[in-house]
Amino acid sequence: MSMLKMKSSMLRFSLRTILLLFWSAMAVWASEPKGSSPHGTNIFAPASTPAKSIADLSIFVLVITGIIFVVVFALLIYSVVKFRGRAKDAGREPAQVYGSAQIEMAWTIIPILIVVVLFLATARVIHAIQDAAEPAGAVEVTVIGHQYWWEFRYPRLGVVTANELHIPVSDASHPTPTFLQLLSADTDHSFWVPELAGKTDLIPNHPNRMWMDPQRTGVFLGQCAQYCGTQHAKMLLRVSVDGPAEFAAWVRAQQKTSVEEAGAIAGRRVFEHNACMNCHAVGGTPADGRFGPDLTHLMSRATIAAGAAENTHDNLRLWIQNPSAIKPGSLMPAMKLSDADLDAVVGYMETLN
Amino acid sequence: MASDAITVPVGQIKARPWVDELHQWLTTVDHKRLGILYIVSSLLFLGFGGVEALVIRIQLMHSHNNFVSPEVFNRMFTMHGTTMIFFVAMPILFGFANYLVPLMIGARDMAFPRLNAFSFWLSFLGGLLLYFSFLGGSGLYGAGSAPDVGWWSYAPLGARAFSPGHSSDYWTLALLVSGFGSIGTAINIIATILCLRCPGMKINRMPLLVWMNLVMAGMVLLAITPLSAAQIMLLIDRYLGGHFFDTQAGGSAVLWMHFFWIFGHPEVYVLIIPCFAFMSEIIPVFSRKPIFGYPVMVAATVCIAFVSMSVWAHHMFTIGMNSYANSFFTLTTMAVGVPTGIKIFNWIGTMWGGRIQFKTPMLFSIAFLFQFLIAGLTGIMMAASPFDWQLSLSYFVVAHFHYVIVGGILFALFAAFYYWYPKMTGRMLSERLGKWHFWLFLIGFHLTFDVMHVPGVLGMPRRIYTYEPGRGWDTLNLIISIGAFIQALAILVFVANLVISYFQGARAGNDPWDAWTLEWSTSSPPPAYNFATVPTVASRRPLWDRKHPEDPDSRYE
Repeated sequence: MSMLKMKSSMLRFSLRTILLLFWSAMAVWASEPKGSSPHGTNIFAPASTPAKSIADLSIFVLVITGIIFVVVFALLIYSVVKFRGRAKDAGREPAQVYGSAQIEMAWTIIPILIVVVLFLATARVIHAIQDAAEPAGAVEVTVIGHQYWWEFRYPRLGVVTANELHIPVSDASHPTPTFLQLLSADTDHSFWVPELAGKTDLIPNHPNRMWMDPQRTGVFLGQCAQYCGTQHAKMLLRVSVDGPAEFAAWVRAQQKTSVEEAGAIAGRRVFEHNACMNCHAVGGTPADGRFGPDLTHLMSRATIAAGAAENTHDNLRLWIQNPSAIKPGSLMPAMKLSDADLDAVVGYMETLN
Repeated sequence: MASDAITVPVGQIKARPWVDELHQWLTTVDHKRLGILYIVSSLLFLGFGGVEALVIRIQLMHSHNNFVSPEVFNRMFTMHGTTMIFFVAMPILFGFANYLVPLMIGARDMAFPRLNAFSFWLSFLGGLLLYFSFLGGSGLYGAGSAPDVGWWSYAPLGARAFSPGHSSDYWTLALLVSGFGSIGTAINIIATILCLRCPGMKINRMPLLVWMNLVMAGMVLLAITPLSAAQIMLLIDRYLGGHFFDTQAGGSAVLWMHFFWIFGHPEVYVLIIPCFAFMSEIIPVFSRKPIFGYPVMVAATVCIAFVSMSVWAHHMFTIGMNSYANSFFTLTTMAVGVPTGIKIFNWIGTMWGGRIQFKTPMLFSIAFLFQFLIAGLTGIMMAASPFDWQLSLSYFVVAHFHYVIVGGILFALFAAFYYWYPKMTGRMLSERLGKWHFWLFLIGFHLTFDVMHVPGVLGMPRRIYTYEPGRGWDTLNLIISIGAFIQALAILVFVANLVISYFQGARAGNDPWDAWTLEWSTSSPPPAYNFATVPTVASRRPLWDRKHPEDPDSRYE
């Protein structure tokens, strides 16, 4: 679309115009399913500075490569059509031309110049994103990749959660970017929420860092991008970008430990007398396993099994009884509980909020 | 190949018992027979790899599909990638190099015929080892399996903690064994080209195919050795308590990535440079002009070889290298586009002012130019490392490298098949089936791989056995899968053409394309000794000189 516009006003060619047109087109495209449904995963619908500067650079590179494509493709088509063999030429050979130093020089130097321009434009963006300093008010989160779920720890806030990252919105008047430290407990993973930032890998023994400052609230989707084993496909990721007050409220809620509810005692006993507590933690109880997701505030999450299923009563029940039905290859074992125990433990889970 | 069951014109081929014939093929040290063995075995593995691709595409046709389990899917993409790179693309190109290089330089065989046979059988054994993993992957533990760690087998996924049993050992051994075969062949190609050129064939008169295979062989030596070293280290980790890549004992996952990609990126050029070689022979003949800018083509090839040795970490832009490293590899990767662009311009320059004949080899060559141009441009996009932070590990990158490997390498190989099949068998491939093959494959290819860029931009990661509905990926994946089946159909047409033409194709004669390099001066197929008298050449196009004594090339060089 932007290409057509460009052709008609070659003289007033301005990258800014193209960007503007492109963004308005993308905005129309990206705005189909709005409302409460999550944002999509389109790299050209950025909602955060790193994703935005990547998308701007991408458009620039697309325009340059687009022009190269049009020129070379036109040359190719022209030579194929113009110099096709005709019947009248049968038996005669064309002029035998061996080369031309001037022409070779031209099509060496022009590409070199293009490379220099592309490189400089790229290096600027690399520096701007990678070497950005962390401001004082930034939120810090440690992301730990596990086969096949995400652990999120907020060291300054004393919050531990899983699979659904909550971060504050960052508007120009009150910038609060989030800086992620990326670690892995087992194999390589990659943190990718396309509308917020490019991906960065989580590699054991190799801590990485990335940041984002989302300017819109809502849920942003993503998933693990680096193959990490059997259930790589269902290592999904949700980032909830909250307004400042909302975020503060969420943090306060997460900081509380679980409150004992009378009806849940039987379920808690099942939880603590079976293998559950070897892998899962519930704040304020003896359960402090770290191999699986922290369950202290399970009910505050919209999904279970790293986004593979919605967090409903039936799904929870199915997940505890037979995880393979939802996510074959997941490392959660089938618990094989009796119906009574199963109902009790699901009941206990439903009090964790 | 002739057996009693096939009627052969009397006196043409001596009928021999098939056991004798088989024995001859198995024990041959003739570069032409070994070349054909390489090619035929690669086509066999192409069938395996193709079936794996179809399983992948059926599974991904729509979201939450249950055609195969995640375990099977992960094996399929691991085996597909490993097979296509190591047991199809590399050996088939070695096969053409084996067949053509001695003929084109006027030699009677490769420099080391026995090493040649040894190398082939090592490569083939590697392929058998890989596929034996389906039976023996878990060895004594029971049911068989196959490697499922991806074709890079990134650490620590390939460590014993995450990949128990023996399936990834078969992967390691297959690559190690076939790697030794590749090194043997590379040494052989280099020695042959440096030592066995016929009188008058100075190094600056070698056909470009020979030049480019020389460069390719040099790159194989530099690229395969670190891979073999890494495989040995991995074996030490897995069985002798080493900790090179064992992150749980302080090893480095990033070290494996460096070892793998210092092999992996030059490997791309190991595969594409012989395809440049095919283009540099086929385009001139069907344009009826010499290659435009011969010395520049040679220089560009050598330049690509050097620069491509310093671009490997562009496969690692997402692993958290610092901004200087990312900038460096951005620059080198973009720089490799310059000599590559020069080649495309030179091929267009060759067609410019020519009289282009649209025979099947030329159709595939023109499609190669078009697709390789696009593949190069998407490569430039991903060279811009921030853009790559989005595109890497997504379906965009899958589309990009299939554009290189299918749209580039496979199209060039098809061109080579149609061009040299008459020399290898004495029969022409059917032009009619060839055009069917070309158009079907072209349509299938573009349906699959043009569309495949889009889900990448929409955030679909690679190597996922299924995906969530509502992301806008379903329709796109369905189209991609349909294209895959059209490609499969085209491959069947191609195989039918190979078989039918072998028995019923028109007789080729020595020189069916009115070409200019030495292989066309001998009979089709050439006798075991290639040339009755060793030829003497005076220019880059010895047969042009012979056909046009009034205006020989030697006058202008």
